[in-house]
Amino acid sequence: MTQKLIVIGAGMATGRALEHLFEADADYDVTLFNAEPRGNYNRIMLSPVLAGDKTYQEIITHDAEWYDANGVTCRFGERIAKIDPVAKTVTAENGDVLSYDKLLFGTGSNPFMIPLPGHDLEGVIAYRDLEDTQQMMALGPDNKVVVIGGGLLGLEAAAGMAARGVDVTVVHIMGHLMERQLDEAAGYLLRKALIDKGITVRCQANSKEILGENGQVKALLLDDGTELPCDLLVMAVGIRPNVKLAQDCGLAVGKGIHVDDQMVTSDPDILAVGECVEHDRAIFGLVAPLYDQATVAAKTLMQQEATFVQKELSTKLKVTGCDLFSAGDFADAEGREDIVFRDPARGVYRRLVIEKDVVIGAVMYGDTADSNWFFGLIRDKTDISEMRDTLIFGPAYQGGTPMDPLAAVAALPRDAEICGCNGICKGQIEDAIADGATDLGAVRAVTKASGSCGTCTGLVEQVLAVTLGDDFVIPAAQSICGCTDMTHEDVRRLIKSRALKSMPAVWQECGWKTSCGCHVCRPALNFYLLADWPLEYADDPQSRFINERKHANIQKDGTFSVVPRMWGGITTPDELRAIADAADKYMVPTVKVTGGQRIDLLGVKGEDLPNIWKDLNDAGMVSGYAYSKGLRTVKTCVGTDHCRFGTQDSTGLGIKLEKTLHGSWTPHKLKLGVSGCPRNCAEATCKDIGVVCVDSGYQISIGGAAGMDVKETEFLIQVATEDESIDVIKAVTQAYRENAKYLDRIYKWIGKVGLEWVKEQIEDLTIRQALVDRFELSQSVYRVDPWAEHVRKAETYQPIANLTLEAAE
Amino acid sequence: MTDWIDVAALDDIAPRGARLVKTRMGCVALFRTADDAVFALDNACPHKQGPLAEGIVHGKAVTCPLHNWVISLETGLVQGNDEGQVATYPARVADGRVLLDAGFIRARSAA
Repeated sequence: MTQKLIVIGAGMATGRALEHLFEADADYDVTLFNAEPRGNYNRIMLSPVLAGDKTYQEIITHDAEWYDANGVTCRFGERIAKIDPVAKTVTAENGDVLSYDKLLFGTGSNPFMIPLPGHDLEGVIAYRDLEDTQQMMALGPDNKVVVIGGGLLGLEAAAGMAARGVDVTVVHIMGHLMERQLDEAAGYLLRKALIDKGITVRCQANSKEILGENGQVKALLLDDGTELPCDLLVMAVGIRPNVKLAQDCGLAVGKGIHVDDQMVTSDPDILAVGECVEHDRAIFGLVAPLYDQATVAAKTLMQQEATFVQKELSTKLKVTGCDLFSAGDFADAEGREDIVFRDPARGVYRRLVIEKDVVIGAVMYGDTADSNWFFGLIRDKTDISEMRDTLIFGPAYQGGTPMDPLAAVAALPRDAEICGCNGICKGQIEDAIADGATDLGAVRAVTKASGSCGTCTGLVEQVLAVTLGDDFVIPAAQSICGCTDMTHEDVRRLIKSRALKSMPAVWQECGWKTSCGCHVCRPALNFYLLADWPLEYADDPQSRFINERKHANIQKDGTFSVVPRMWGGITTPDELRAIADAADKYMVPTVKVTGGQRIDLLGVKGEDLPNIWKDLNDAGMVSGYAYSKGLRTVKTCVGTDHCRFGTQDSTGLGIKLEKTLHGSWTPHKLKLGVSGCPRNCAEATCKDIGVVCVDSGYQISIGGAAGMDVKETEFLIQVATEDESIDVIKAVTQAYRENAKYLDRIYKWIGKVGLEWVKEQIEDLTIRQALVDRFELSQSVYRVDPWAEHVRKAETYQPIANLTLEAAE
Repeated sequence: MTDWIDVAALDDIAPRGARLVKTRMGCVALFRTADDAVFALDNACPHKQGPLAEGIVHGKAVTCPLHNWVISLETGLVQGNDEGQVATYPARVADGRVLLDAGFIRARSAA
């Protein structure tokens, strides 16, 4: 017979418990109450939402459709007023009385507010739910914020707001940040990283009073007399289990609602999970044990056996660019020894605390790649006496020879956590694979592993590889090259999210298998770094193909071809004379008009390049970048200047576009065309970006090609003015630079992201302008003539030594 | 006995870069790896005589700029499924200078 289950609270623990029930087709009719006016979402992902890396939509775990499909009666925005455990009824706020067979508490916790004078002023908030997050997101660069609390939550709030340009000060009462998880040294590194993000950090700071004006917060007063002005004050000092309702109905309550190993409270028909419970004197704030509780509660509700066991916990901070990990106990005490490793240059710190040949605590900052392995040693109480000498270097150094990464994954126990965001452990992935999920996409769909922040994607794939053996093939197109298992997309994402700004940083953080990459990945990484950090990353010529390194096209016999730029296809008799003179002087065997309306001097010797460039420079010509993964040409017709059909100044627009875009680096070559009328003499509709001028303005279309594939462009937008058309083209180019895979032409990129997505970027004027601004920022560095620069290092084009005169004997 | 000739300063070659040395029998390419080892090879890929000095240096290998054949700087052997070998010559670094074996020049002159 169908039983009635009432759930109080739509949080992460109850959401997971319901999933388990429905997956097992348990016979329950569920009513779900939630005080927040919404359903289940992933609360731990509020930090990425605040930082702008995710939207709220992306962190919803259960949508209306899901509740509907599973027959859940949702009562969101409603509190429960009273519970009568004897009659087995609950009374809703509006007076409705509902009976239940089983009741599940998931009331979570309340943020703890320090009762400072002024704590009830407007603008004093906690960091707990979507409303708090939205209030923080509404702040702009003119605002000042004070965060009280230098723990996990406070720092995630501070970093999220700082990323939005808000002036943030963190006030922490202890001597160093995150003192419960970190020791002083790691706290110092973290503090340094936060200061680099523009956050002001004050440790050992005692708050005295919150000052206000007209009921609105104005400043925080410290007990040393310092006044920290603020428009918003975030208190993130801790949480308290929310037990009021449970207490009122007579359940046994300590710090939290008492539960046994089956998650049953002192009333056999009432269960509790999540932050509101107390189990064996412990309360819980991290996600992994909450999910374990959810699993146990679901089984109990289905009259199956299950036992909740407390496990060692580890902590990671979700702040971009601050990699830290801590687990276990690392306080100083009698009989404990330390192994410490520091690399100040890399900002790496590792500390292991050992007691009786067992690791009992670990703190890692800067390089946390081996954290799972160390965590396993702590949890399994492994005897480390045999490997003590090399222990600190991690699993790769154990056993004499470097360990195969797959062997390390194979050695992980079933309950090793793989995906921290979703609390998915190795065993769940193995089970999903056993049930038929044999690729990454399927595992992600079934378990949610690697579906949130994605940093564990490689690890999930390794679990697949270990479990399936030869049956698992990582699709060949996926990884960049043999140096890595990561895809272009993964690497691009990590370069941005972890702020990796050098090639060694990418090799290190993404686990490159070679010492310095290869001819396939290095040019791609060089482009990604240059596109994402134009002002901070220094271009690496040795990671460029010879054409770009020497700014000329290599030909089959090792000679080069030289193509001066002709802006919009326009030249002058003087320029033509200079080209002819150069051809004579350097004995150029072939002079050819290219497909892009320019003149190509073919067959120039490598050592002559700087000289011919200088001659052409002197005549006013610059490099045509005929070799680049960047702007090649803007092909034009004559437009209104001469043509009786021309509707706009297509030549003039072509010249303007070429002057704007030249020097820009893109994932692949970029060719433009501007036609003055729909007769399309410049063949603009088979270019990467094409403009067809019409009476009413400019039709811009993208994604054409006339190379390996022949494609017609697809219509993007029509604009009225020339200036707007230039802005649109800058924005499209920037979106392509920021998102496309290296060596994908625009049409291939559109095939992946969809034309609609590109249209959204262009049609939203705020996004468009931001793209234009980033384009201009990058061009402020790269809109240069490489020929003039390279003439100054002409000697590097010559042989380094001449031994022809050395005696033969 | 080896007779070493000083041909250039190590810093005249960019890390992961290459420069040419002219000899009577054509050019020899000098490669510098990221860890400052130096190798001397004929500047011609066994495939279509691509100029190896213009290739991308990675690890202890260079990729020919014409058709991406990968050649070991240590042995001159073509890597992977392709076949062939490029002549290599003794080279070393001492006190920041690049030294070539004089014997190799004689050999190339006599060839």
